[in-house]
Amino acid sequence: MPTGGRRTTPAEGVSLPAVGEGISVHRVMGTETEYGVMAPALPAANPVLLSSQVVNAYAATLREGLGNLAGTRWDYTDESPLSDARGFVQNRSEAHPSQLTDEPDAPDELTAEQIALERGGSPEAAVLMNLVLDNGARLYVDHAHPEYSSPEVTNPLDAVLWDRAGDHVAGVAMERIGATPGFSPVILYKNNTDNKSVSYGSHENYLVPRSVPFSRIAEALLPFFVSRQVICGAGRVGIGAHHQEAGFQLSQRADFFENEVGLETTVRRPIINTRDEPHAVAEKYRRLHVIIGDANLNEVSTYLKMGTTSLVLSLIEHGLAPVPVLEDPVAALQVISHDPTLRATVRLKDGRELTGLDLQELYCEAAAAALPDDADAQTRDVVDRWQRLLLTLRRDPLEAARQVDWVAKLKVLEAYRARDGLGWADPRLALVDLQYADLRPDRSIYQRLARRGEVDLLVDADDVARAAVEPPRDTRAYFRGRCISQYPAQVVGASWDSLIFDLPGERRLQRVQTREPLRGTAALTEELFDAAVDAEDFLTRLFSGPSRPRGTIGA
Amino acid sequence: MAAQDRITRSGTSADTEQEVPEPAPAVPATQDTAQTQGVVDLLDEIDGVLESNAEEFVRGFVQKGGQ
Repeated sequence: MPTGGRRTTPAEGVSLPAVGEGISVHRVMGTETEYGVMAPALPAANPVLLSSQVVNAYAATLREGLGNLAGTRWDYTDESPLSDARGFVQNRSEAHPSQLTDEPDAPDELTAEQIALERGGSPEAAVLMNLVLDNGARLYVDHAHPEYSSPEVTNPLDAVLWDRAGDHVAGVAMERIGATPGFSPVILYKNNTDNKSVSYGSHENYLVPRSVPFSRIAEALLPFFVSRQVICGAGRVGIGAHHQEAGFQLSQRADFFENEVGLETTVRRPIINTRDEPHAVAEKYRRLHVIIGDANLNEVSTYLKMGTTSLVLSLIEHGLAPVPVLEDPVAALQVISHDPTLRATVRLKDGRELTGLDLQELYCEAAAAALPDDADAQTRDVVDRWQRLLLTLRRDPLEAARQVDWVAKLKVLEAYRARDGLGWADPRLALVDLQYADLRPDRSIYQRLARRGEVDLLVDADDVARAAVEPPRDTRAYFRGRCISQYPAQVVGASWDSLIFDLPGERRLQRVQTREPLRGTAALTEELFDAAVDAEDFLTRLFSGPSRPRGTIGA
Repeated sequence: MAAQDRITRSGTSADTEQEVPEPAPAVPATQDTAQTQGVVDLLDEIDGVLESNAEEFVRGFVQKGGQ
């Protein structure tokens, strides 16, 4: 990797786990949340229009001095959504239109110009469909939902913090729309289904070394993802992708999955998504794109979702992961989701019948056994919490309401059923399900529970607000965020692995690549940012380092 | 306290875990009154924030597809 005299400064002591080191929860990771969106007073409102209102409302608050943004075109140069981790590229003509995420304006969706026209403006009026925020995140209109993609972080606790920052951003945008004359209030929900027939995602991303074969990752992750919902499902009132039956299940997403492994994310959804779009040096890394998870309100749920998944990846990388081969993973996913007593079993190819808790225990025990004596505090904490939670769930699932979204939701629902004699088809229970995920603080049932001290919290509200405007310091998100906050007028394009500068007096745009996720950190670039007098001076200083090729940082 | 009486009579104590594989309803009758009062308060609070026409509101929450 290092050539010439280039330095290989570690990024604040964090690095990808390498074979030979112990297992760990630390790795580059991030979350993506597609929020449910509705304007109750405008039942026929176009959801793309509402989503763009959210993006533009947040942009308006930033312009008023709360922060900076690059309201810019997304730089699609390096995106390849049809590239499959199994080693081939899907033919574009065979792809579902929604898979073409590298085309700025997907078919059937409104463009910024159309929205400007609908709002009575001229096509030139600045309607933004994409923002890069100064915390390094991306806020944009994805399909028919506003989506927040968190900045890259290096550990599960930071993943919680910058995921919650997205909810904060959503809250600010809702408030702003509500306070704007002529606009109807918009409500955002952190859930994954409208409970009619539609699901939308909350994805996780994990950086893994390309040297680990994808087939090994897939076989060990499949049973883990099938059972992970017992510790971090968000809970759902309704059974079936079309809500064919009344009832309660652990997961928002389980009924919307049809395949074990595949490339799609919007149709024929697979438990293991093979999109191979690393947004980083492709020879070294893959980005594991996880689409099976539920959006969590509970911070411990998010923490364990990210922490245990990172640990299992670490086990896989060390050749220590169990591989309990399921007879029918998709059916097992639904069997486990549909049984809140956690007693239902699923069959393995070797004939064993295991519960979701049994499967989780296999992975948890493997992690505990592989935990090195000098394990860092967060890795130890994830293993401890995982072990304790599994014991609690085995004793009585309802005792885990402080840590697990589906349990907290089920307790409220059961209390309503007991008090008012409600059957599972009663719309008030569906409303409790929906309002659990309402992001308005006064209407959110999750927030009510939190304020009553009935759920465990991991991050401070002030830190969440700060994370909405400040990037993590230990990944390239720092570089992205600081460029945007320091040079908002000169940054005209951005993506996960590039920033494009338009400098006064320069005829050509300057594209800075950031293909190493653990470069561009505060440790490596803070002094440059602090010393530079303007964008041009900054780029000059950036590229005058020892033998750095122009146009890349730390590649 | 009535709930405590019931616990004592059934031969268990609040602190020791017993293996009683009872299909646990969410609001077991044996919970102590403080906890029961907590649930009553919680439902009162949630009653106050639930949208008024549940059926209509839930029906109106229609999303277009996502990932």
